[in-house]
Amino acid sequence: MILDSKIPSGPLEKKWDKHVMDGKLVNPANKRKYEVIVVGTGLAGASAAATLAELGYSVNAFTFHDSPRRAHSIAAQGGINAAKNYQNDGDSVYRLFYDTVKGGDFRSREANVYRLAQVSANIIDQCVALGVPFAREYGGLLANRSFGGAQVSRTFYARGQTGQQLLLGAYSGLSRQVGLGNVRMNANHEMLELVLIDGHARGIITRNVITGAIERHSAHAVVLATGGYGNVFYLSTNALNSNVTAAWRAHRKGAAFANPCYTQIHPTCIPVSGEYQSKLTLMSESLRNDGRIWAPKKKGDNRPADQIPEDERDYYLERKYPSFGNLAPRDISSRAAKEACDEGRGVGETGLGVYLDFKDAIARLGESAIRERYGNLFDIYHEITGERAYQQPMRIYPAVHYTMGGLWVDYNLMSSIPGCFVLGEANFSDHGANRLGASALMQGLADGYFVLPYTIPHYLADVPRDPAPPTDHPEFVKAEEDVANRTNALLSNNGKQTVRSFHKRLGKIMWDKCGMARNRSGLEEAIKLIPELRQEFDEDVCVPGTADNLNQSLEIAGRVSDFFELGELMCRDALAREESCGGHFREEHQYPDGEAKRDDENCAHVAAWEWKGKGEAPALHKETLEYDAVKMVTRSYK
Amino acid sequence: MKVTLRVWRQKDGDSAGKFEEYEAEGLNPNMSFLEMLDVVNEDLTTKGEDPIAFAHDCREGICGTCSCMIDGKPHGPETGVTTCQTYMRSFNDGDLITVEPFRASAFPVQKDLITDRSAFDSVVQAGGFITARTGSCEDANALPIGKEIADLAMDAAACIGCGACVAACKNSSAMLFVSAKAGQLNLLPQGQPEKDSRVLNMVATMDEAGFGNCTNQYECSAACPKLISEEFISKLNRDYLAASVKSAFKASAL
Amino acid sequence: MNILHVLFRSSVGKKVTMAVSGFILFGFVIGHLTGNLQIFSNPDKINSYAHFLESLGSALWAIRLFLLTTLVVHVWLAAQLTIENRQARKTGYRQQVTLRATLASRYMRWTGVIVFLFIVYHLLHFTVRVTHGPEAYPMTVLVDGTPVRDVHSMMILGFQEPLIAIFYLVSVGLLSWHLSHGLVSMFQSVGLKTRTWAHFLERTVWVVCILYFIGNAAIVLAAMTGQVRIQNPQAVGFACRTDCEVCGARNAEALAETGAHSEENQS
Repeated sequence: MILDSKIPSGPLEKKWDKHVMDGKLVNPANKRKYEVIVVGTGLAGASAAATLAELGYSVNAFTFHDSPRRAHSIAAQGGINAAKNYQNDGDSVYRLFYDTVKGGDFRSREANVYRLAQVSANIIDQCVALGVPFAREYGGLLANRSFGGAQVSRTFYARGQTGQQLLLGAYSGLSRQVGLGNVRMNANHEMLELVLIDGHARGIITRNVITGAIERHSAHAVVLATGGYGNVFYLSTNALNSNVTAAWRAHRKGAAFANPCYTQIHPTCIPVSGEYQSKLTLMSESLRNDGRIWAPKKKGDNRPADQIPEDERDYYLERKYPSFGNLAPRDISSRAAKEACDEGRGVGETGLGVYLDFKDAIARLGESAIRERYGNLFDIYHEITGERAYQQPMRIYPAVHYTMGGLWVDYNLMSSIPGCFVLGEANFSDHGANRLGASALMQGLADGYFVLPYTIPHYLADVPRDPAPPTDHPEFVKAEEDVANRTNALLSNNGKQTVRSFHKRLGKIMWDKCGMARNRSGLEEAIKLIPELRQEFDEDVCVPGTADNLNQSLEIAGRVSDFFELGELMCRDALAREESCGGHFREEHQYPDGEAKRDDENCAHVAAWEWKGKGEAPALHKETLEYDAVKMVTRSYK
Repeated sequence: MKVTLRVWRQKDGDSAGKFEEYEAEGLNPNMSFLEMLDVVNEDLTTKGEDPIAFAHDCREGICGTCSCMIDGKPHGPETGVTTCQTYMRSFNDGDLITVEPFRASAFPVQKDLITDRSAFDSVVQAGGFITARTGSCEDANALPIGKEIADLAMDAAACIGCGACVAACKNSSAMLFVSAKAGQLNLLPQGQPEKDSRVLNMVATMDEAGFGNCTNQYECSAACPKLISEEFISKLNRDYLAASVKSAFKASAL
Repeated sequence: MNILHVLFRSSVGKKVTMAVSGFILFGFVIGHLTGNLQIFSNPDKINSYAHFLESLGSALWAIRLFLLTTLVVHVWLAAQLTIENRQARKTGYRQQVTLRATLASRYMRWTGVIVFLFIVYHLLHFTVRVTHGPEAYPMTVLVDGTPVRDVHSMMILGFQEPLIAIFYLVSVGLLSWHLSHGLVSMFQSVGLKTRTWAHFLERTVWVVCILYFIGNAAIVLAAMTGQVRIQNPQAVGFACRTDCEVCGARNAEALAETGAHSEENQS
């Protein structure tokens, strides 16, 4: 496998413009002759589908949700970054680029990140034009807030519902194109297989989750915008149906999977309260603008928060990272919380929690100002825990939130399968080893609105303008058979254990061995345990019902079975990466003060894994990361 | 704690359904309502029975997938929350809880507690958008929008499209949903050029979908997990009336 | 877009039409009440007012036709909306709680139907004048000598029958209740109700409805309890003082006579 990142030559600031100019175009009259399948209707998928349709391509969009508006982008709370410098605080494209590269611990592609920062400003313009009700100041201009990992205020937000508002904006554009007949919208369709013809992605196999019908869809190109795979941990902030299946099926068909071990653990989530828990809820990072994080200085101090005097509190982020304080990036904040709890200073019933305290902010700004800024977050916290954060500090604990890894893509966002493009969280490209807050929304929309529409013609221009391949092509027949076989195997198993119980066990292995801190022996153990669990799953899983109607157990079973293989790959990747960087913390690689120790000499690469077949060890390919514009430095927020 | 569930079971859209009772035991008051259903389903699965199908996804009250009429109220007994954010502490030990799908002719049942709410998508496709071609937009700050208007638009935009308004309305009217969608865009200066066609088309599509009529009882607003105000319905009525009068007398280009 | 199509076919338009027709009917009942309150004045006042209305001739018929059409539209659309609303949920809930809908709003159909029946009776009673014998509809002369219908006495006679009086009281009560939702609702339906003044509107409507009921009830109760009395010596029921034997005998005679008349007519 040859990984050609296709990064244009020339100075960093000129690369994207040059690339656009050098690329091929598709004549407007010919665009409608090209069919493009877009899988997923989150920020990346919806914006891509709408924009491609606007340009004239024939778009066929798919989502397994009942409506494109339900995609999990909707749950993003805090905001979206853009280098607008509306606050006059010295922001610029370069600064956003630099913060993002540094935030990603120098493990992302310079050129990609620079392009992301360049188009970030256009995203805000586009969203405002679509009617996204961003927060505003009294004079009518857009408001900004600051976010982790940055010292400028460049985050645009819509109360605590920024993701929702951006998604609904993209969805409205998509809906318009559906109404115009330019996009065929297939809701309730789950992609279960990618179809390759002569090595090019030419279609997908889907299952209609309502009727159970297996369908074949062909096209000239396939765009995957299917989100991240955090649910491999069972408990995460992801929606329950978020899964890796579409990406994993592409991986098994030849798409390299890059940096699967880079997992973001978000520092401010509501702690786990019991065995029955099905999901973890995030409290937006924006809370750290005004909340102060602390743990008791004394071990096992189980006094209520208000009875712990000021001098017995350890505001550990402010202590360790005086310049960024409570706004230290996510990976660093998460690890610091874990350390405090590991030392026995955790709070709450389980001891797995630290305080996020608004007492000082309320004293300084008044309760109404805090309510104005975070009211809905405080409400969510109250709904879930029954506690009011105006009176007592929130309890928070890190939880799996985002996966920086994903399918490997080149500068054109094309995977190692020609014709298969990957956008948003599903690809690996822009966040390196750690994503900064408010950058995921930026990347999803950048990919869909402003990158793919420019890069897809580079590929399509060379594809003959013949109709998309017929769906009775032997590759389609074979792919459909594969899907049917997998489904039948699951349904006819008649085992005794539920899918969920397996998922929980997999999640526990992943969290314990491949979570916030990893080490060689744990990872090696996991690489042994996961296939065993997979084996047990194959032999003893119980999937009730039939394939020919709505069967949620069957849907989950298919997703979990792909998570086993992914989980194993994540552990392999974590084991192979002999350094600590961003969301990947190897206990063997740390400084005496517990800070992550990067190895730029040996590990400044993208780890792209190639599927070699079931039961075979995957092959590791390395794309070296070259930094021309910035110097790799030790990431310090002190 | 322990509760008895009386749940609507229906194999698919074409089959008749009926209520079945299930015992849910060993519950924790801090469980969400859906986690309680998970427990029941795990039990049913191991017993070889068909688990209860219910719509859910984000489980943090924002995606709008979860539905369910719980004891006669959409999303359960609390105010301003979704089913997934309803916790068992809102019920008493030993309660009998009736769980039904959202019922409306425009929301046909697909299985058990899952209904087809695609009529909402059709309404949005008819006009719930601002035509703004990607890449052709002016600078975001070139068009100041007063905070009051922006905040009001945000109030409308908070709609999660769950359909509780339709479910709660005695007439299965979708006015709160449609008015929230149209209202957000009609309030903003960007939405003005298409304001009239937007309301006319969205209301026409809403009517075609078979929703009922608004009788100004505001059960919708009370049941809305985001507590969207009925004021937007008033605004929709006003905008619709103005658009109708204007379109009856407007000059039209050849 | 055809404006009639909007007003009679679209869901929002139908509600606007309901509101506008409701508003016209509300205007009428207020005018009607104001006219009727003249009963508390000199009988000539209300009698000459009634005479003036009758003397309008074709104009009166035009107004009547307009009001009747408005009423028919209001009722017709209400029926249509009800049918559509039933259609919109063919399978009902096993359990459904009411969250904030007012009682008045929930019983609009019933109050509407009863008020409609009341209107029919009321028209037959006082406009078409067929529910009672001729003794219930006396004549009189104004000061200037013009012979006119004695509406003053007719109303008092009408409300002296307890069952009818109670029916009137209940009906105007229900109508007031109907209006308590309808009046607020019409502002919502035409889009004039906003959060800023919704509370004020609701309070005002309550006051209007209570005053409306009090005004109507006062007439009925005053007539029923003898607070206003027949002052036309020609009319049955007139008495110069409560214990006047002459008047009493004349009334009894007149009653017997008209009774005999009607029997004759029937045979």
